[in-house]
Amino acid sequence: MHLDAAAGLLVLAGVLGFAVARPRGLPEAVAAVPGAALVVAFGLVSWSQVRDEVVALAPTVGFLAAVLVLAHLADEHGVFGYAGEVIGGLSRGSPRRLLRLVFVLASIVTAVLSLDATVVLLTPVLLSTATRIGVRPRPHLYACGHLANTASLLLPVSNLTNLLAFDASGLSFTRFAALMAAPWLAVVAVEYAVLRRVFAADLGTPAPATTPAATPRTPPPWYAIGVLAATLAGFALSEPIGVHPAWIAAAGAIGLAVPRLTSTPAAEARRLVSAANLPFGAFVFALGVVVLAVRAGPVGDAVDHLVPGHAGLLGMLGAAVLAAVLANLVNNLPATLMLVPLVAHQPGLVLAVLLGVNIGPNLTYVGSLATLLWRQVLHSRDHPPGAGEFLRLGALTVPACLLAGVATLWASLRVF
Amino acid sequence: MRIVVWVTEGTWQACVDTARDLPATAVTLVHVIDPDTIEAIGGARAGLLGRGLTGDAGTLAALTDGQTRLLDAAEDRLGRTARRDPRHGRPEREVVAACAGADLVILARDGDRSRLGPRSIGPHTRFVVDHAPCQVLLVWPDTPPDPATLPPPHR
Repeated sequence: MHLDAAAGLLVLAGVLGFAVARPRGLPEAVAAVPGAALVVAFGLVSWSQVRDEVVALAPTVGFLAAVLVLAHLADEHGVFGYAGEVIGGLSRGSPRRLLRLVFVLASIVTAVLSLDATVVLLTPVLLSTATRIGVRPRPHLYACGHLANTASLLLPVSNLTNLLAFDASGLSFTRFAALMAAPWLAVVAVEYAVLRRVFAADLGTPAPATTPAATPRTPPPWYAIGVLAATLAGFALSEPIGVHPAWIAAAGAIGLAVPRLTSTPAAEARRLVSAANLPFGAFVFALGVVVLAVRAGPVGDAVDHLVPGHAGLLGMLGAAVLAAVLANLVNNLPATLMLVPLVAHQPGLVLAVLLGVNIGPNLTYVGSLATLLWRQVLHSRDHPPGAGEFLRLGALTVPACLLAGVATLWASLRVF
Repeated sequence: MRIVVWVTEGTWQACVDTARDLPATAVTLVHVIDPDTIEAIGGARAGLLGRGLTGDAGTLAALTDGQTRLLDAAEDRLGRTARRDPRHGRPEREVVAACAGADLVILARDGDRSRLGPRSIGPHTRFVVDHAPCQVLLVWPDTPPDPATLPPPHR
């Protein structure tokens, strides 16, 4: 039994180590899929368990692929570029005004199109906005990086962790959003207060006398904005009539794809498949199987003992802190896969775990301790990143966000 | 007089204007790209486990473009030829290093501009003021605050 537990942990460590180090830039699935095969070969997980896990994860992975394609197409339609121009103009060159606008934009983009969209698509746009209007980019980029995690609390689509927990929570799309709305606002407010203070010097510079044009040069991409708004409305309206929100995301993606498929269909289809990031889907399936092997053993039992049994204020705080610690030890995807089944009986605890796994990664700013250490090793020969500032920012925001998030979630559960 | 001007977003105009009015034999415009800015993006990408993301996504190129544009604008505003010193590293240390052999460094206050006091100098600026191996000219980036904002004396 102990040998089995060690084998499961070793495979998980190998899969995560590979994903962090990415030798030769190979996709993470290259280690994860053989890892999953290995735990089956060792007899740690039976074929029927694998089948059940894959069936349980399939809607989540499909939903994820649809949201990734939706965000990619929104970018191709120029939504992010346009948003960058709009907030650049509205800021009139003032760094503080720009920060407020970045907070609004990054929170909305993360909530509606997921944290991947904020990190991969929105952040480069905001970097170019900041350099174009001549403000120091650093606070705005930190804001984006932090909000990609903290602002991903609102909707099931905002973060893969939410998608993984959503079906287990038994909550409807709208109830999930209603319960998470107050925590979402609270943690974004905490982030704003801290960043505003930490970057007081960078944000205190005057706006230049000649400010950028207030009106964007490009016309607004109305069609794409309309499709995104309809998709968002569809998420809320589809469930009562028995349609899983994944289908709505797929419909939204098709709505955005159609006008682009007419000119060069083959090349566009290839881009869409690449945006759906199929190796990532394979990674999630394989990671699910490997974590299943660990969860079934003594490690799962030990974590189960630590999980609070009751969704009171203290119980939820305990669950959130445990989730945040686990997320920083092994990254938040395995932490979610590990914890969610253990708390699935109580929606309050599921949401508290999500607070932990979504807010927690900001503590190490790169998602986990392993990633942080690996980056320090990688950069030790050239410019070691000034991790001190990042860690200080994480230490200031994460505990405060967890407290604010849990307190508001507790209050929300009393109201709704 | 050999003058170094620290060109940084938001405050460079006041520094360049000050340099323009001084009898300089040579002016060096120094701008520093902070690796932390690149890491802010790189770290967020590294946090997305499993997505197969690589590299810095053109961050350095975007920052280098911004640096070039800023130095162009500073040279234009100065109205004379200047030596350009684009750097990459910890801003406060790079600026001190750029001051080697200079007679004067011009830099601006950043931070709280609403009142007189130490909060009108950010940490990087303070480091350069404290460590510069030459004379230091510290300017307000816009109109200085009213003398009435001076805090009352400690009793």
